[in-house]
Amino acid sequence: MTLFFLFLEFFQTGLFAVGGGLATLPFLYKMAEDHPDWLDASQIMDMLAVSESTPGAIGVNMSTYVGYETAGVLGAVIGTFGLVLPSVVIVLAVAKVLNAVKENKNVQNVFFCIRPASMALIASAGLTVMKNAFLATENGFSVKWLSVLFGVILFVLMRKTKKHPVLYIAIAAVAGCVIGF
Amino acid sequence: MNTEKKYKNLLEIYTVFFRMGAVCFGGGYAMLPLIERELVIKRGWTTKENIIDYYALGQCTPGVIAVNTSTFVGNEVAGVWGGIIGTLGFITPSIAVITLIAALLSNFAHIEMVQRAFSGIRICVCVLIIDATLKLWKNAVKDRLGLVIFILTIVTACFVKISPVFYILFAGIVGFAAGKVGYIK
Repeated sequence: MTLFFLFLEFFQTGLFAVGGGLATLPFLYKMAEDHPDWLDASQIMDMLAVSESTPGAIGVNMSTYVGYETAGVLGAVIGTFGLVLPSVVIVLAVAKVLNAVKENKNVQNVFFCIRPASMALIASAGLTVMKNAFLATENGFSVKWLSVLFGVILFVLMRKTKKHPVLYIAIAAVAGCVIGF
Repeated sequence: MNTEKKYKNLLEIYTVFFRMGAVCFGGGYAMLPLIERELVIKRGWTTKENIIDYYALGQCTPGVIAVNTSTFVGNEVAGVWGGIIGTLGFITPSIAVITLIAALLSNFAHIEMVQRAFSGIRICVCVLIIDATLKLWKNAVKDRLGLVIFILTIVTACFVKISPVFYILFAGIVGFAAGKVGYIK
């Protein structure tokens, strides 16, 4: 029965959390409030830290974590499926509609102007990540110059060697272990 | 298409998305450089323009952005089943990794080496997103109107926290109107 309710809760989260993984947070806090036997609100920040430092979508990682804490491996799978199911159904429907109208001139004009906005949203997410990586905010603002230098080196390396992103992630992980940014 | 080829195709989709899910640190936006590399450049499964569109729609439809993008691209490559299989491939590593950590290493995020490694990874993810943004730039911003929309959106998004839906909706209306007055041919 827990599994069914777990599925239902995550299905709701997947259906109403618009705007990416972090948008699931308020739903998780609500879940902790409604089902104190599932998880404790104080665990959520720890789960977020793990979700952000492991591969995969943050929202998916969170739902797996909460699902596991609540009902073990099966809970992890069911919770994640619940989260993903509304997305998949809605996106498939949107894609079908899009496919049917993409030759339409008006639709093409709409997308012509949506693309720069989409790009700007991606870039602004990039800026947020930049702020977290390159600025220290503990005692006022200060620039972490060592991190900036490493970032510039990585960028030049990326542009010159053009290898798979995972290679640079591995290099950065090792550099982080050795230097500690 | 014969059935055997179709299954092979789905298996390939699963594997490719599984690999992306296994190395995608930093959530939906960090997936962008991987998609650009694996799906556009290496396999030609989709185009840069389509990816930008999927990100626009993926932020407006409910759910996790990386999942929405996986479904969109999978669907483009092999229809409904492609969308489903691509998404399953992308989330499989998450389920495995998180379950292992939750079971065995509940203090994972507090391990010093993990924190140090992640301090490096965070910088790399940031550089990867910048790099991908620069690569996609000329596919997204093609004229002065596009530049104005880009600047307006990024400046507003930096100062006001409103849902991405509004920016996309606004830009779409501008595009529709610009077409009607004959600005876009």
